[in-house]
Amino acid sequence: MVALILVGLYTPWLKQIRQQLNFLTVPFYQVTDIPRRVGEWGSGALTSEKDIRAENERLKIELLIYQRKQQQMAALAAENVRLRQLLNGKDMLQDRVLIAELIGVSPNPLSHIVVINRGSKEGVYEGQPVLDAFGLMGQIIEVDETTSRVLLISDSTHAIPVQVNRNGVRAIAEGTGDLNRLSLRHVSINADIREGDVLVSSGLGERFPVGYPVAEVEQVVRNSGQAFARVIARPMARLDRSRHVLLVFDTHMQTGDHVQSSSSSSSSSEAGKP
Amino acid sequence: MIPHHWNGYIVILISFVITLLLAVYPLPMGLRWWRPEFVLLVAIYWISVFPLTISIFFLCFLGIYQDLLEGVPLGQHGLSLVIVSYICILSYQRVRNFAVWKEAGWVFVLVGLAQLPGNWVQSMSGRPLSGILFLAPAVTSALIWPVLRWMLDKITRHYRVV
Repeated sequence: MVALILVGLYTPWLKQIRQQLNFLTVPFYQVTDIPRRVGEWGSGALTSEKDIRAENERLKIELLIYQRKQQQMAALAAENVRLRQLLNGKDMLQDRVLIAELIGVSPNPLSHIVVINRGSKEGVYEGQPVLDAFGLMGQIIEVDETTSRVLLISDSTHAIPVQVNRNGVRAIAEGTGDLNRLSLRHVSINADIREGDVLVSSGLGERFPVGYPVAEVEQVVRNSGQAFARVIARPMARLDRSRHVLLVFDTHMQTGDHVQSSSSSSSSSEAGKP
Repeated sequence: MIPHHWNGYIVILISFVITLLLAVYPLPMGLRWWRPEFVLLVAIYWISVFPLTISIFFLCFLGIYQDLLEGVPLGQHGLSLVIVSYICILSYQRVRNFAVWKEAGWVFVLVGLAQLPGNWVQSMSGRPLSGILFLAPAVTSALIWPVLRWMLDKITRHYRVV
């Protein structure tokens, strides 16, 4: 048993077997998902017409607001493309997304891993970024035919390259094992980072796409006796509340990513680390 | 129909399937520490009732399957199940004479003991834990033990598990 644990931890040999056997676990997650589905059906079927009308009104207004923003966005995107052409840069492609639903949470209290209801059938791949409506949530670490596991950015084995939206200062945001805290690694003491700064993904690890919001700086502690400042940030994504998540298919890096994930034998969660 | 002497095996298997379901039932992130170790509890019960029926190998595979289910390093639960079941087999004759509250205390010790190797494996895989929080499942397990025991006693009698 001890040998099995050691082999599993320090060698990649068991990874294949695990992947093969993962189909055995699917029925369990489907059964534990039933109460939620019943609840959802209940709240869908048993609401009054008045409530639905009110919600419909609200959604229409929201849609109007977003449509206005979208109009602006189209103009801005066109301008962006023109400017990039002027600079001979690559033009940014619109990312394709897939909506997935959360069906399970890892029972291990030390890890921040959730299970979603999309798998290799829908083209989900290892290392794929996962978002919710508010920001980046994490990445896929295990893919099965119909389900996959997502490592959240707050897990203590996860790290993600970020930059400050205001001025482009780059840093690495590490999970702390606490859902509401990320810590920035090796930020020099005179770096221009303030409380309230928004951190967006910088795309440097070739894993996460550029420009998605990751976290907001909550606290910066500068101790003149130390070489690095201690920066604590709060993830933008609602890691423990979001039911629906988005899987991003990034056309730039999909091919490169496959190579990377198959060649790197260690756990994919460390791919974001320096 | 199914032969009568299979009754025991079927009831035991079904009980373990239910505990595995309870083990992965989604809880809010903050509450996950307080989930009782249902698989371990039911294993302790069956071992103390039928010390000759439950094999260590079966528990081994059960533990590995639980690891697969929970997505933790393979062998983590297997190891703790095997350790605890060995202690149970050594001590069941004495524990059978305990009062229920005393049994609950013993369960607290056993589950706490099972948490230790689990925590070592977790810290080896890069998720260290400091503090006494790892005993939280042991507390809830001990609290739920009297209820669980009463239920399993009823089931055992009703299905005449032998």
